[in-house]
Amino acid sequence: MMTINAIKKGIVIDHITAGRGIRIFKYLGLDKAKFTVAFIMNVPSVKMGTKDILKIENVIDIDYTVLGFIDPNITITVIDEEKVIKKIKLSLPDRVEGVISCSNPRCITSIEQEVVQRFYLSDRKRATYRCEYCDEIYSPKAQEPV
Amino acid sequence: MLKGRHLIDPMDLSIEEIDEVLELAQRIIREPERFSSACRGRILATLFYEPSTRTRLSFETAMLRLGGEVIGFSEASSSSASKGESVADTIRTVECYADIAAMRHPKEGSARVAAANSRTMPVINAGDGGHHHPTQTLTDLLTIRELKGTLEDLTVGLCGDLKFGRTVHSLIKTLARFRGNSFTLISPPELKVPDYIRDEVLARGGIPFVEYERLENAIASLDILYMTRVQRERFFNEDDYLRLKNSYILDAEKLKKAKSDMIVLHPLPRVNEIAVEVDSDPRAAYFRQAKYGMYVRMALIMKLLGVEA
Repeated sequence: MMTINAIKKGIVIDHITAGRGIRIFKYLGLDKAKFTVAFIMNVPSVKMGTKDILKIENVIDIDYTVLGFIDPNITITVIDEEKVIKKIKLSLPDRVEGVISCSNPRCITSIEQEVVQRFYLSDRKRATYRCEYCDEIYSPKAQEPV
Repeated sequence: MLKGRHLIDPMDLSIEEIDEVLELAQRIIREPERFSSACRGRILATLFYEPSTRTRLSFETAMLRLGGEVIGFSEASSSSASKGESVADTIRTVECYADIAAMRHPKEGSARVAAANSRTMPVINAGDGGHHHPTQTLTDLLTIRELKGTLEDLTVGLCGDLKFGRTVHSLIKTLARFRGNSFTLISPPELKVPDYIRDEVLARGGIPFVEYERLENAIASLDILYMTRVQRERFFNEDDYLRLKNSYILDAEKLKKAKSDMIVLHPLPRVNEIAVEVDSDPRAAYFRQAKYGMYVRMALIMKLLGVEA
């Protein structure tokens, strides 16, 4: 079992579905970080089988809506002086704005430049999002979310 | 309160608001002269980025019959869209001139963009691609209410292309909100209603429905038959098309099996899915339906402008 030191002040993003950690790592821009970041993949988990974990030795601004959209299973723990000061359980947001784009070529967002891409959660059970303009179901593209 | 609102999706209206619009439309049908000056001094902008016969003429006639004026364009090439102007900018400009706008645009969701950029002018979606066409749904509802006297406890048959027909989806979703209705869905396997209508609207709402492949097997029980066109190119194979094509053509022979008070509706234009011989049958209501479309648009314009007669 690999050991990673506990952090003094920062954020732990836990219970990431195995394989999605890299998307969160990229979304948070951690490849350019000047502070210590541990990205641990395929950690054994009783509940999830395997999971990914990110440990960030710094307090950074996080958009929980976007993170919840990428992976609603995530738990975020905020640590200060080696103590847990806040624990946040994420869930699927009702709306997502400016994060993903509609793939329907007949959608107005394909031609109207100033329109902000907006999606709403149409089925929580199936985690289905639809475009607020044309109601097309969101189909993830490899490069999204940015 | 409908004054100042936009109408983008038929689901934007509550049952009570639908009743309010239909009631006013029925009052206009009874006493049209009482409403002939209701919109005097008001201007409707018809912004049609693609051709339309019924919808545009119906909107324009509706405003003229209310004593108002009409401005607008009937194709994108005669507007600044041909120079690359966005829908948002067009609406911001038109709002300076008109009191209310009806817009048809080939892109889905365009009406929502228009509404979001209009601060005071109500925007009516007159069709946004294959997406919504709320005034067609209101037209269908007014026709049913006028000719059947109710929007409840009806057996509603929908025949033809139930997969791509936006008017069909809107009508099912709206009539499913009224008590006691059941649906008979008649289509080839390739053109059945989308899963979300079957699962999220009908099954989840506990609304009774049956599916048929042939019209002649289903027609006897219907109070309303809503016909749509089945296009050859929608079929996956030629054999199925040849086997089934006549099942979706309503003729006098099939009509013999129908109830004497059933009504036949069609959003028009009709191509060959209703034989011309059916036009003289008293149950054929599709041309009256076009007229009701004008009345319901008159009522809607009045409601959104908040004018009384």
